[in-house]
Amino acid sequence: MLDSAPSDETLLEINNIEVIYNHVILVLKGVSLKVPKGGIIALLGGNGAGKTTTLKAVSNLLKSERGEVTKGSIMYRGEGIQDMVPSDLVKMGVIQVMEGRHCFEHLTVEENLLTGAYTRGSGKGDIEADLDLVYSYFPRLKDRRRSQAGYTSGGEQQMCAIGRALMSRPETILLDEPSMGLAPQLVEEIFNIVKSLNENEGATFLLAEQNTNVALRFANYGYILENGRVVMDGPARDLRENPDVKEFYLGMSEEGRKSFRDVRSYRRRKRWLS
Amino acid sequence: MPDQLIFATEVFLNGLMAGVLYALVALGFVLIYKASGIFNYAQGVMALFAALTLVGIMKGQVPFAHLINAVFGTHVHYFGWNVPALVAIVLTMLVMVGLAWAVNEIVFKHLVNQEPILLFMATIGIAYFLEGIGDMMWGSEIKKLDVGLPQGINLWIDNVTYNAFGYGFFIDNLDIVATVVAAVLVFTLIVFAQYTKQGRAMRAVADDHQAALSVGISLNFIWVMVWSLAGFVALVAGIMWGTKSGVQFSLSLIALKALPVLMLGGFTSIPGAIVGGLIIGVGEKLFEFAIGPMVGGATENWFAYVLALVFLVFRPQGLFGEKIIERV
Repeated sequence: MLDSAPSDETLLEINNIEVIYNHVILVLKGVSLKVPKGGIIALLGGNGAGKTTTLKAVSNLLKSERGEVTKGSIMYRGEGIQDMVPSDLVKMGVIQVMEGRHCFEHLTVEENLLTGAYTRGSGKGDIEADLDLVYSYFPRLKDRRRSQAGYTSGGEQQMCAIGRALMSRPETILLDEPSMGLAPQLVEEIFNIVKSLNENEGATFLLAEQNTNVALRFANYGYILENGRVVMDGPARDLRENPDVKEFYLGMSEEGRKSFRDVRSYRRRKRWLS
Repeated sequence: MPDQLIFATEVFLNGLMAGVLYALVALGFVLIYKASGIFNYAQGVMALFAALTLVGIMKGQVPFAHLINAVFGTHVHYFGWNVPALVAIVLTMLVMVGLAWAVNEIVFKHLVNQEPILLFMATIGIAYFLEGIGDMMWGSEIKKLDVGLPQGINLWIDNVTYNAFGYGFFIDNLDIVATVVAAVLVFTLIVFAQYTKQGRAMRAVADDHQAALSVGISLNFIWVMVWSLAGFVALVAGIMWGTKSGVQFSLSLIALKALPVLMLGGFTSIPGAIVGGLIIGVGEKLFEFAIGPMVGGATENWFAYVLALVFLVFRPQGLFGEKIIERV
């Protein structure tokens, strides 16, 4: 797959942030990353590595979970955004699609999409046009527009959540774990749509993903998080070829499938990595 | 028509009217429950507080008169003017909006993402606090409320039924007004919730706080809005009940009558609150009429709760409640 080149202009810049939950639990221990305009940036890592927390630190959904950025800075277009409330960020063009879809279950699919346009002051015509745009990317949603979102399938809910975010006319979409709980075919379909949104609509993506394989195929650049730190970063192409990434995240190694005997050395090298 | 049937019809009609009043209180519950998942125990007290404030403003009562007199040794009680009903209603509404804002700012803002039981406990606290403040501000004596609503027997219905059956029905004018007001209120609220941007946002918040935040809906704004709406509904209920039976502290207990209404209609349904209210109103009056004399009366006290229990067993989401969505 070709890597479409993002521009040099940096949209989002995270500098060495620390995040603490409930005043005691240190989750991020100094994470820095850059998201260029028009890029698809992948944030990789296992459970509890801090991917979701990083995204929520940017969208400022942390506060409602009693989390706090205690150190470092988050800049969007050169402006500090740490103290902004989510609704202001959405107006600025930064919106998060949360892990686990989080559609409004009792609203219809179309109503879900319309809530995405909540912060916009634009008229009915504009919003209708954007609805059509979303339906053109997700034809399935058009078929199910009158169904309650809670009764649609997991894939449709993921599409609904992404479509809802698109309705805010975002510049940057923080996409959290879009592959979660979906069949491989659907994961492929959703990533393809992400790619075309990126190419055709110029949307920038920062996406957190456990499915390293898929994420690195579609992203331009990747950061690998472990225990709240960035342990490795580089262009997606390089990461795909990196032997450690191959071994620990893609499950491939020189000797073919791993046997249980190698687990000890795996642990040792893994510790060194972090 | 046999006498029994004529009486039963009259009882039925009166039941409908009583039901409308239950429904008005239940409506306030539904609004807040829908938007924030909070069961607002204070809804009844809000109706009381609204009615107290309305009477106080109309009569030009000095708020906190007892406290002021005790502290400063003065003897102020009244400003010495009377405020027209309409102006007083508007002013009371402003007070209710202020109350909504304060409740959100002081209490619920700090309880985001907490357990429902915690939020429920908070509303119990608010209920008793509000009752105390109402007492302190306006005094605890029973007050007469008259905002100019027609009251007493409706002569037209009396005449028509007398000519038809040889027996004139007793229907209170106030009940008719209450019915019309409730109908308009419900219709407006349904249109608001279903077809407006803020209404949609309100339902979105009800479904998922975090997701609502993530699309840029301000939870604080929605909550203040919803509590203000509930305050408005409480004011209407307070006016109706207050006009009917005087503004007194037992008014806050009608909240407990609203509970079975909610179980019947469903906690999340605006039309459900109305239909539930009507069923309870009619049901308890007819039951009292038909079965009451056999068991020594006073069935109105428990009939609604028994009916609610039956519903809890066989249809826990109520008649119109949102189905509990579960994908397997």
